[in-house]
Amino acid sequence: MGLTAHLPALQVVLPLLAAPLAVLLRHGGFAFGLVTACAWAAFAAAIGLWLQVGALEGGTISYHIGNWAPPWGIEYRVDRLTSFVLLLVSGTAAIVLPWSRASIEREIPADLHYLYFAMFGLCLAGLLGITITGDAFNIFVFLEISSLSTYVLIALGRDRRALAASYRYLIMGTIGATFFVIGIGFLYLMTGTLNLADMAERLRGVENSPPVLAALAFITVGVSLKLALFPLHQWLPNAYTYAPSAVTAFLAATATKVSVYVLIRFWFSVFGESLIFEKLPLPQILLLLSLAAMFAASFTAIFQDNLKRLFAYSSVGQIGYITLGMSFDSVNGLDAAILHLFNHGITKAAIFLLIGGMVIGLARPGAVLPAPTFDRLAGLSQRMPLTCFGIVIAGLSLIGVPGTAGFISKWHLILAAMEKGQFWIVGAILLSSLLAIAYVWRFVEVVYFKPAPEGATKQEAPLSMLIPAWLLVIGTIWFGLDTSFTVGTATEAAMQLVKIGK
Amino acid sequence: MSELIEHFSYIVTIFLMVTGLYVVMARGNLIKKLVGLSVFQTSVYLLYIAPGKLIGGTAPILAPQYGAYSNPLPHVLILTAIVVGVATLALGLALAVRIREAYGSIEEDEIITLDHRGDDLRNQE
Amino acid sequence: MKNDLVLRVIGKLLIPFILLFAVYVQFHGDYGPGGGFQAGTIFAAGIVFYALIFGLDNARKVVPDRLVEAMLATGVLLYAGVGVAGLLLGGNYLDYFVLDSDPIHGQHRGIFWVEAGVAVTVCGVMLKIFYMFASRGERDRDVP
Repeated sequence: MGLTAHLPALQVVLPLLAAPLAVLLRHGGFAFGLVTACAWAAFAAAIGLWLQVGALEGGTISYHIGNWAPPWGIEYRVDRLTSFVLLLVSGTAAIVLPWSRASIEREIPADLHYLYFAMFGLCLAGLLGITITGDAFNIFVFLEISSLSTYVLIALGRDRRALAASYRYLIMGTIGATFFVIGIGFLYLMTGTLNLADMAERLRGVENSPPVLAALAFITVGVSLKLALFPLHQWLPNAYTYAPSAVTAFLAATATKVSVYVLIRFWFSVFGESLIFEKLPLPQILLLLSLAAMFAASFTAIFQDNLKRLFAYSSVGQIGYITLGMSFDSVNGLDAAILHLFNHGITKAAIFLLIGGMVIGLARPGAVLPAPTFDRLAGLSQRMPLTCFGIVIAGLSLIGVPGTAGFISKWHLILAAMEKGQFWIVGAILLSSLLAIAYVWRFVEVVYFKPAPEGATKQEAPLSMLIPAWLLVIGTIWFGLDTSFTVGTATEAAMQLVKIGK
Repeated sequence: MSELIEHFSYIVTIFLMVTGLYVVMARGNLIKKLVGLSVFQTSVYLLYIAPGKLIGGTAPILAPQYGAYSNPLPHVLILTAIVVGVATLALGLALAVRIREAYGSIEEDEIITLDHRGDDLRNQE
Repeated sequence: MKNDLVLRVIGKLLIPFILLFAVYVQFHGDYGPGGGFQAGTIFAAGIVFYALIFGLDNARKVVPDRLVEAMLATGVLLYAGVGVAGLLLGGNYLDYFVLDSDPIHGQHRGIFWVEAGVAVTVCGVMLKIFYMFASRGERDRDVP
């Protein structure tokens, strides 16, 4: 029994311990060091788990909290998909935290810094907990831990509209979480268990009863609120626009993705494919909503004046691609969804980190940070060549240009659509990519082709911000060229899920 | 009629659920919205607790003279849910206080108007 | 309410018993209804009662803000610490069986410290919420 046997617990406990310690320290610098160290330790744990699950060849790791065997005790369960999402969440946190040191200096009053780091630690612990736990009610608890800390983090934004955005997200998020817990309640009444694996087995006998169908409806709608599925995305644009930059980057890469994970977990591992795809018109509904998201949200994005808001709407559109993959009922579709979940996560994190650096570079020292609106960005490429170039590369990944991560996931999505023989969906994917070209081009046009205002000097974002952001940009290219890690893991995860779902 | 009585707890649950959700959606006042949200969450407590009670059952303490006892697990779950609800309510009220300080109002439509006016002012600059 | 004689006298008489009752609920939680949540809330209610009668400033002298914030964190750490102790003693996370050579005694020991952590945090949270909202009101009065 070495440390390696306890990695599932350490994965969540380390960031969870960091949060109260940061509060006790009451010092921004110490809190920063502690929470960052714990985030990196969590990242190391996630890598360890990924290797362990890989060695099991399709098996799962089961960790019994408090040594109470499931289904009575709470079980932490790691399979291929879990380890993949854990890597995404902890990896993003490990990169965003060092970046945020310089950023919050300008965005958050100094006496609140330690609380910012404590909340970040809690949010990270919550997201990791949602992913790793195999207990339905535990998911709800971790969901609320991460949500409550997210509301606080968004409200830390300097603009007063951050408060209104946070309040709105609180109302919508709580309704979503309560819907989710109502669904869990029905499932518990029908099966008498909260352990997901046990629940899946016991559901086989009562699949068609009304409470189970009601549970499916409540859980799907509740989680869809959290993952900002069109048209339940209204909380997202304002929350992303007015939150501190580091928070936006972290949330865009992880929060909605973890919710997608919860939906995949419930659809494929608990309810099972036959219930979702054969007895209910759920895939058709999801297909329609995904297409609506891909077009309507991307179209709205084109007309935004604020760069952060533009990419927030683009996030809603990109979530459409993920849910589109889920609606196909095939290994390839699920594979594409999982792949896009990861690729879009790192792409969006890179973009929001670069925008955060850009905002700092735009402001005069000591002045209030301006909003990144297009009228302020004219000719910016001369002042911040690296930042602008990074956003363009990540933008290419959003469009899906070959050689970037976004291309790989869209390619798999197209393959899945062709496998189903639905060529009009292929057309829809290509058409909606044109919309992505439109909004990325708007940025390129303003930044590269408009003349810079008089007297502008070259002023890049600080190195401590450029390096983490560029690590992610390089990541989007790396995963576009060498796909053995992403595609390999996503395919294994999809096959494992479909096998359980049968 | 006996149907109604048998499902009494469910009817109350659904009534509270729908009332709460309606208040959240229909009221523009930030505090009233939170009241609705609390009522909505309370209905879930009832949804869990009521089926856990076994009529004639005792508290779940194992003793030879008692054969039937109520399920304690829903209580434990709902204890957690109550704590979550209190935390959400406290955070929501704190945000409402801050919004009042920043906007001078807790009516949603006024806040939206103020936001739009702020955008217009900025565009004129 | 500082000048209301009845409240002051009743308050002074009752508050020690409220705090004592909180401790009773805490330690009786093993054998009957009770435990950390209830005890923490009752204890905080005692302090809040004191603050209502004698004013926020006096309450802050008894339980200062920094102590409240430390309580928030300490309780969680205590809870998580029990879990880590289980890890260090060779069990799983939050494994109480290994906390003592006798597993049943170990369960007892584990739940005791977990409940202590819960009580400290709940009391801290309740007081923090009260302090935050109460002090906002004062600020409003200064700036009309």
